[in-house]
Amino acid sequence: MTNKPVIKLIDIKKSYFEGKSNELEILHGINLEVYEGEFVAIVGESGSGKSTLMNIIGALDKPSSGEYYLDDIVILKANDKQLSTIRNKHVGFVFQTFNLIGRMNAYKNVELPLIYAGVDSQKRKEIVNEKLKKVEMLDRCKHQPNELSGGQKQRIAIARAIVNDPSIILADEPTGSLDSKTSRTVMDLFHKLHKEEKCTIVLITHNLNLAEECERVITLSDGMITSTRKGTRYHEFN
Amino acid sequence: MNLISNIIMGIQNLRANKMRTFLTMLGIIIGIGSVIAIMTVGNSLSGSLTNSLSSFGITNITVSLTNKDSDSNMFRMFMRESYKESDLMNDDMIDEYKNAYKDYINYVITSESVGSTTVTNGDNEAYISISGITSEYKDYQEIEMITGRFISDEDNDNKQKFCVVSDQFVSDLGYSSYNAVGLPIRITVNGYLQEFTIIGIYHYESETSESFSSSSKTTTNMYVPISTAKYLLRSKDGYSSFTIVSKADIDTTWLLEQTQSFFESFYTQNDSYTVDASNMEAMLETMTEMLSTITIAISCIAAISLLVGGIGVMNIMLVSITERTREIGTRKALGATQNAIRMQFIIEAIIVCLIGGFIGIMVGLGIGAVAANILGYQASPNIMSIVLSVLFSISIGVFFGYYPANKAAKLNPIDALRYE
Repeated sequence: MTNKPVIKLIDIKKSYFEGKSNELEILHGINLEVYEGEFVAIVGESGSGKSTLMNIIGALDKPSSGEYYLDDIVILKANDKQLSTIRNKHVGFVFQTFNLIGRMNAYKNVELPLIYAGVDSQKRKEIVNEKLKKVEMLDRCKHQPNELSGGQKQRIAIARAIVNDPSIILADEPTGSLDSKTSRTVMDLFHKLHKEEKCTIVLITHNLNLAEECERVITLSDGMITSTRKGTRYHEFN
Repeated sequence: MNLISNIIMGIQNLRANKMRTFLTMLGIIIGIGSVIAIMTVGNSLSGSLTNSLSSFGITNITVSLTNKDSDSNMFRMFMRESYKESDLMNDDMIDEYKNAYKDYINYVITSESVGSTTVTNGDNEAYISISGITSEYKDYQEIEMITGRFISDEDNDNKQKFCVVSDQFVSDLGYSSYNAVGLPIRITVNGYLQEFTIIGIYHYESETSESFSSSSKTTTNMYVPISTAKYLLRSKDGYSSFTIVSKADIDTTWLLEQTQSFFESFYTQNDSYTVDASNMEAMLETMTEMLSTITIAISCIAAISLLVGGIGVMNIMLVSITERTREIGTRKALGATQNAIRMQFIIEAIIVCLIGGFIGIMVGLGIGAVAANILGYQASPNIMSIVLSVLFSISIGVFFGYYPANKAAKLNPIDALRYE
């Protein structure tokens, strides 16, 4: 691999109820590197620590110990404002439940990270339209989230995730709430972003079928990485 | 995250829950509305009080006899004083005073009330209130003559049975104003039928508050020479009180003191009575003070409703934040700082309070104007209270919005995202 790592996790441990009698260690020392332009799947059973790992990668949570670098930024030392900037500019989240904000139309939802980034309105308009075009949702930009289908909502959410050109797209079960047909279109969209935009994507899923489409499949079990291998069907999409 | 997009977002969120937003505002509307209404009514009341007292002439000095034994004053207030002739102030004293202070005073007004009666002419009736007056009374009350002349000093000297009546009185009796001069008027004074001759007719100006008692016939004043009145009433020679009209631009406080000591000097030997000189200015001050105390007291009660309104805002904000926990989590994941979230909710609270405050001001001004009109006063809104209300609504928004907003800002993004 010639590319530089976007994410570098060194011996990451995460415990809940730290220092209390019921202290619970979820992650037992994770070492992981994700390189620029990679499409990685993290798979594992429920309770394996996938979500905890994703929260740490997404700078939503801090590890109890270990080192974490995102774009060479030391995440452990960041304060609220710096963490917000990291989440805003370096990470693009895609959630299982879409998490579009109601009462705001598709356009406004996509625009939101740009507002937090302090981009001026003229520039925002250009970027939002460009990203909506990329997910083929430009014609629905005036629709409220409750007027859109699940697949459409997720495409809007993906447009929102990439609007600030993040270093990494973090997708947590993006097809978990979708039927197989719409799941396919969403996965195709990820492949397209990976190929055409050279986006770095981390896909967290328990659907092994979808995981096999990825470049690298990392299996998490009881808070440890138990295997790392190539996706068996990755070549079909590239 | 700039202010304008925060405001736009706040309005969007509030519009999404119109009914709830309106009910939240209602507390603020009622609170601000009642404060403004009370302030407006209070302001109008004190304004019209000042006006009506000024029309009496707030610089006029009233000189009256008072009992030296001040302890019994409260009790005597309800009793008619029985002065001896030697106790009363007489013309000599007044003339002496007039000479001494002629540079400072316009006139001294003495009057004697004769009573009220009804005059009939066939089927026509007219009500009059009879006063014995001097020639100065015309200028003092700014009486406007239509025809004939007013009571003169000679009429007084000769105790003439002349009278001056209003055009209203004349037309009530079925006469025309221009041929009523010279007509005789028969009235009963002190048990005897007396005949007065009309020598002049003045224009009667109906007061505004008269419209409420329009059903009953108007009572107007009939003026007769004071000497005639005193003679017919067999009353004692002298006055228990009279009014001094000072010239403009003089120090009324000084004149008041001078007048007091001037008349007091006549009563140093009198065991029972002395004189008291006072003017309306002092009375007006007391009344205005009293009125503003009442206004403040009622406003305090209204302020409590504002407080309740504020708590309502806080309550709704807390509900709204719980409801929107996932949204807050999403916003945080998208890069909102704690400050941005806090700002968003505080601005929302401020918008609720400001719109509520604005509607409250409108409602308050409306109610105040209607109430002032019903009471028969000119509505005069208190600008200061409006400015204060706006500032107060903003501070309610900040104060009661801060806690919920801070709670939202401090939410853990993971917990918030996981919230069902």
